[in-house]
Amino acid sequence: MKILNETFGGDILTGEKTKKIEINNKWCKGCGICYNLCPKGVYDKDEFGKVVIKNSEACTGCRICEDHCPDYCIKIGG
Amino acid sequence: MLKDVEQYIRMNRLPHIWCPGCGNGIVMKAILEAILDSRLDPLKTVFVSGIGCSSRATGYLNFDTLHTTHGRALAFATGIKLAKPELNVFVVTGDGDGTAIGGNHLIHAARRNIDLNVILFNNNIYGMTGGQYSPLTPQGKSATTAPYGNIERPFDICELTKSAGATYVGRGTVYHTKQLTELVKGAIQNKGFSFVEAVTVCPVSYGRRNKLGSAPQMITALKDNAVNVKAAQKLEADQLAGKFLIGELYKETAPEYTQSYDALIARFRKEGDAHEQ
Amino acid sequence: MIKQKKARLLQGNNACAMAAIDAGVRFFAGYPITPSTEIAEYMAENLPRVGGKFIQMEDEIAGMAAILGASLTGVKAITATSGPGFSLKQENIGFATMAEIPCVIVNVQRMGPSTGGPTSPAQGDVMQARWGTHGDHPVITLSPASVLETYELTVKAINFAEKFRMPVILLLDEVVGHMREKVIIPDVSELEIIERKRPVVPPDEYKPYLDDGTGIPAMADFGTGYRWHVTGLNHDENGAPAGKAEVVQSQLTRLFNKLRPYYDEISLFKTYKTEDAQYLLISFGGTARSAAEALQTLRKQGIKAGFLQLQTIWPFPEGTVANLCKNKKAVFVAEMNDGQIIGEVKKNIENKESLFGINKINGELITPQEIVQRVKEVVGVC
Repeated sequence: MKILNETFGGDILTGEKTKKIEINNKWCKGCGICYNLCPKGVYDKDEFGKVVIKNSEACTGCRICEDHCPDYCIKIGG
Repeated sequence: MLKDVEQYIRMNRLPHIWCPGCGNGIVMKAILEAILDSRLDPLKTVFVSGIGCSSRATGYLNFDTLHTTHGRALAFATGIKLAKPELNVFVVTGDGDGTAIGGNHLIHAARRNIDLNVILFNNNIYGMTGGQYSPLTPQGKSATTAPYGNIERPFDICELTKSAGATYVGRGTVYHTKQLTELVKGAIQNKGFSFVEAVTVCPVSYGRRNKLGSAPQMITALKDNAVNVKAAQKLEADQLAGKFLIGELYKETAPEYTQSYDALIARFRKEGDAHEQ
Repeated sequence: MIKQKKARLLQGNNACAMAAIDAGVRFFAGYPITPSTEIAEYMAENLPRVGGKFIQMEDEIAGMAAILGASLTGVKAITATSGPGFSLKQENIGFATMAEIPCVIVNVQRMGPSTGGPTSPAQGDVMQARWGTHGDHPVITLSPASVLETYELTVKAINFAEKFRMPVILLLDEVVGHMREKVIIPDVSELEIIERKRPVVPPDEYKPYLDDGTGIPAMADFGTGYRWHVTGLNHDENGAPAGKAEVVQSQLTRLFNKLRPYYDEISLFKTYKTEDAQYLLISFGGTARSAAEALQTLRKQGIKAGFLQLQTIWPFPEGTVANLCKNKKAVFVAEMNDGQIIGEVKKNIENKESLFGINKINGELITPQEIVQRVKEVVGVC
C-alpha cells in the first residue's frame, strides 16, 4: 500500500510537525472529490487524476477531504 | 475520523466495488461516525441490506451483516429486531431497492414503528443494473429506460415514510457529511422507526447521462440545491423553488413495536407466576 | 408418575402449530391464507405465552424474510401458507437455501393453479416444493397423512432444518390441515429435539461456510460477537461474495450434496403388506388415507396389494421405490393432482408399462372405492 506521507503544521515553539496527511494512493480512483472540495488547495492530481499533495502547509486539518473520500484513501493525522 | 471507524470496516475486503466518485463510500463513513459517537456495541449491531449498489455496503461492514434479496431488507430486519430487540438493527437500502420493489415493506415497517435505523442511499437511479430510472428519479431526467426523459413523478420519500408512521425522518447529503452523521445519530437515539434519506451521487450512470458533470460537481451542486429545514422557514416560497430540504424533518414519539410485544409477553409471565403461586 | 397421556380431538393445523412450539419454535411470521390460517391464529395466541414472538407481515414474501431474520439470531422460526403464498415465498426460500438458514415452511395445499379452490384439497404443489425456487438446490419436503403424523413430521421438519441448516417444507393439504382426529400427543419430554451446530471456535477463527467434514457448517447467532456476513451471492467459506470459479464450484458442490450422506435418516416412509404384494399402491398426504383403506378392501377381495406411504417426498426415496416396485404386476400412484410423483416413480421403475396413475383434480378427495376400482380394472387385464 503506497502511502504518500507528509507532515506539516508545526508547533511554533517546538517546531515539531503536528499534522500529517496520509494518502493510500493504491485505493484512489481519481474521482477528484478531494482536490475539488479542499478549501485550501492542499492537493493536486497526477496524470491519472489521482490525488497528490501539493501544499501540505496550507492544510487546516478540517478533514473535508477525509470525510468526502469515497474510497477511504485520506487520513489527516494529529 | 477514518482511523477510528476502521474498526467497523472489513478492511481486508477493500477497495470496494463502487465506481470512482460514487457517493456510497461517503455515506457509509458518515454512518460509521454516528455509530462511533453513539458508542454502540459493535457485537450487538446488525446491518441488513437489499440488492443494489448501496446494498453492497454490508459486505464491507464489520458487524453481523445480512445481504438479502431485492427490496426485502426491511422484512428480514423486522425478523431480526423482533426476535432479538436488544440488537441495534440498521437497514441500508437504495432508492430502487427501498421504494420500488421494497416500497410495501417500507410503509409497513414505518406503520409498525419498529425500532430500525433505515438509511436510504438516494442516487436517483438503479446503478447496479446500469442506469434505469427509479421511483426517485426526477421527472424529465434521462435514464436507460427513460431515454426520452422520465415521464413519472418521483416520491418525496421522506414525506411518504413520515405519513406511513415513521417517528424520525431526516434528509442529508454527501456534501453535508457532518450533518448526515448527526441525522444517523438522531435515528439511533429514536426508539422507533427512523428513516434517513442520504442524497448521494452516481456520476457514472446518472450524472454522465444527464450531463451533471463530474462527481465533485454533482456533490457541490447538492450544496447549492439543499436548504436546511430550519433556514427554509425564513425563506419565501419562490426562494425554495427547485431546492430540497435537509436536516431533521420530523420527530415524534409513539409506542415501539418490540416494546409493545414484550409487554404482552410480560403480562403472560406475570399471569404464569400468579398461577404457580 | 408417568403422566397418563390424554387423547384429544385436534385439528391438523393446530397440531402443526403445537408441535412447532413443542419442538422449540419461538418465532412465527406469516400472512393469512386459506386453508393455513389456523396455524397463524394458534401461534398468535400461544407464542407470547411461552415468550415467543408472532408477527403478521404485509405479505408472504415478508413473512418468509422475517423468519429468516429471526433464525439468524438463533431462534427456531416457522411460517405457514398455501399455494399462492408458497409461490410468493420462493425467492426467499432460495435465499435460505443458499445462505443455509434453518427454517420451516408449511404449505397447506389447496386447489391450484392460481386462486383455484381455496377450501378444497389438492396435492399440486409437489413439484413446486422441489423446483419452486430458481437454480439447482437441495430440498427436504415431508408430507403427513394424519393429525398425529402432522405433529410428528412438524417436529421432524424443525429438527431437519436445524440439523442440515436449511429450509424444510412441510406439505399438508386442506383435508389434513382442517380435519380433526382423536390423537394422543407424545409428551414433550419424549421428543427428540435437535439444535443447530454452533461454532466452537472463537470469532476470529470462525468460517460460516467451512465444511468440517459433515457438509454442514456451524452457524453462529447474530449478536454473539461472530460478526459474520450472510449473502445470497456466491460466497466463499468466510461468507464473502466470491466470483472465482473454483470457489463457487466447491461451495455449490458442497451445497448440492449436503444431504446425500443422510438420505436414509431423512427418508421417512411406511409400508403396509408389501412383503407378498403383487400390486403396489404408492401415495402420500391426505390421499394416503384412502389408499390405506383401499388396501384392506383389495386384500379382502383376494388381491395381493401392498401400499407404500411416502412421508418424505424430497429427496425422493429412489432406492425404496425401486426395490418395492420390482417384479410387481402393476404399480399405482394415487395423488390429488394431474400426475407429479408418478414422474419420479417412473424414473425408478423398470417396467414402465405397469405404472398407473390414480388422479383427481376437481377438489374432491380420491375415495378408497375409486382406488379399488382402478386397481381391479388393471388386475382384470393383467
